[in-house]
Amino acid sequence: MRPVYVLSGGVSKFAKARPDKTFQAIVKEAFDASIADLGLEPRQAIELLDGSVASYFSDHFQRQLMSGIMAQDYLGLVPKPSHRVEGGGATGGLCFQEGWKSVASGDMDVCIAYGFETMSHVQTWKGNEFIALASDVSFDYPVGGFYSGYYAMMVTRHMKEFGTTVEQMATVSVKNHRNALYNPYAQKRMALTVEDVRKSPMVAWPLTRLDICTMSDGAAAVWLASEEGLARVEKATGKRLPRVKVAGIGRGTDAMRMADRPHVDYETFYRKYALPIEDTDEGRAYYRDLWNKGFRYPGVHSFRAGRTASAQACKRAGIADPMAELDFVELHDAYTSSEIQTYEDMGLCRYGEGGPLAIDGRTFLPGIDYGLTLSKPSTTPVNPSGGLIACGHPVGATGLMQAVFALWQLQHTIPQHFGDTRLQVPNARRGAIHSHAGTGTYVSVSILEREDGGAA
Amino acid sequence: MSGHDKVPVDETLEGAVVFNVPFPSDLKGLDQMAPIIIKHPYYVDYIHSYGQDSPFFAGLANKRLMGTKCTACGHAFATPRKACMECGAECAWVELPQQARVHAFTVCHFGSEEFLPDCPFVLAQVEFEGFDTLFLTRIQGLDPTAPSLDWIGMKVGARFRRLSRLKPTDVWFEPL
Repeated sequence: MRPVYVLSGGVSKFAKARPDKTFQAIVKEAFDASIADLGLEPRQAIELLDGSVASYFSDHFQRQLMSGIMAQDYLGLVPKPSHRVEGGGATGGLCFQEGWKSVASGDMDVCIAYGFETMSHVQTWKGNEFIALASDVSFDYPVGGFYSGYYAMMVTRHMKEFGTTVEQMATVSVKNHRNALYNPYAQKRMALTVEDVRKSPMVAWPLTRLDICTMSDGAAAVWLASEEGLARVEKATGKRLPRVKVAGIGRGTDAMRMADRPHVDYETFYRKYALPIEDTDEGRAYYRDLWNKGFRYPGVHSFRAGRTASAQACKRAGIADPMAELDFVELHDAYTSSEIQTYEDMGLCRYGEGGPLAIDGRTFLPGIDYGLTLSKPSTTPVNPSGGLIACGHPVGATGLMQAVFALWQLQHTIPQHFGDTRLQVPNARRGAIHSHAGTGTYVSVSILEREDGGAA
Repeated sequence: MSGHDKVPVDETLEGAVVFNVPFPSDLKGLDQMAPIIIKHPYYVDYIHSYGQDSPFFAGLANKRLMGTKCTACGHAFATPRKACMECGAECAWVELPQQARVHAFTVCHFGSEEFLPDCPFVLAQVEFEGFDTLFLTRIQGLDPTAPSLDWIGMKVGARFRRLSRLKPTDVWFEPL
């Protein structure tokens, strides 16, 4: 495998509905932004690119099959190689990794990964039906038929196992919506309180509307290149680009029906799922105590796919302690509860410690007034962009949007792109992006790292 | 739910049928044109086979709950799978007890369009003695306006539709 660099990215405006443009033209917005950021003309970009990977989740939303090729031809990228990637909510994250593979394998030197979704073509409750078709249509869809309901079931179990509270979840919503106040790309930029989140309409107990991301129309695009490809792009642009490398990727899966997931014992957990940092006397004592209280793994409260993906990516990136070694994380907060669950899967804390971590301050940005009393200083901001909850979740674009925001963090260009310095993570050198499908069926984690000096 | 704002429901897709739209005499005006949005209906009857899972649905029609058990490792699936997820061997049909415990739950106040008329309803994963996996079902007989984590662990019993519709909702559970 060759080293792969992330060169540039672009994001369209995310909005509840974009009737002003068809999906191809929204992709073109993101594509043109990624080109303009390099200081190139579209004609030069088309010459430099060896091919692409396209991502979008649902054919139902547009009632259009093979949308990928329609984006490819609209961008002027035919007859170059391309394929479409789909994996539910993780579609964008998988697309980024397929772009990485295209370059790492030697198949391409310069590849663009672009993704999109236009969810406004049906009304909200029909959209929920389409999304719920991403659950087993024989056993799950006819009974529940609602993803917010599925996530709410998982969190009632999390609450029962660990004492996680609705206020801890609401705090995640406060954090992410406040961060988004300074992100002009975000769909929902709001100064909220914990009370606001709890008082908003109940959707699936205990999740309220402000615990849940919304549907969006939008697109994102990311350039990936080998060293040769980077040299080619730099020659065309006439300037040196910051060296932001993909330090490691990881993926995991779990059963579509969450009912089917195992409930393993302590020994199996340590043999198959525990992270290196958990393999200490103190870690073992902590988990032994959890198992003595009846905890089983992963059950419906934890995402084995997320842990598998994160463990693999960290191992490849040489990270032993994610909380200490990552400067920020952009993770898939489709629900406030799933942000808390993901802290644990990614090893930012141990299983059971996600609720307290959500409110202690370590995952917040320094220099933003959240209207909350935080007991600890910021160490690893999580979703400094505002995450899915505030930015929106145009499924096929979401994981790529995370890659673009992570790239800008590592380039230290957040102030230029957002027109505000507050969301720039100080001296960011390494960050993770996490993309998540279904009830934790496909999860991808990619770690991006600044290679050169990178002083802000 | 008292104390909560009401969720506005989408407007419906009724409206006038339009057969013509204005067109500017100066073509430069076309870039300022507002998007034309049309209604695009889509309805399909699928021919959905339950395939190897069919005996489960035949069980429901006969007021019996069927799961499977791995013939090699013994892993017992409360939602049937004919191939064992743990070891890959074939599973055999076994009958589940008709009593279970609530493992996790929610109250759906909203949902997919198809299920909006059912809201609010209690959705739960239930666990069975002797089975390693769970089963998704609805619980009736609980007050959806007073959810409590104490519902987790509650004993519930299976109830069946008298006239089967061959859907997993032919069975639901009620507190015992």
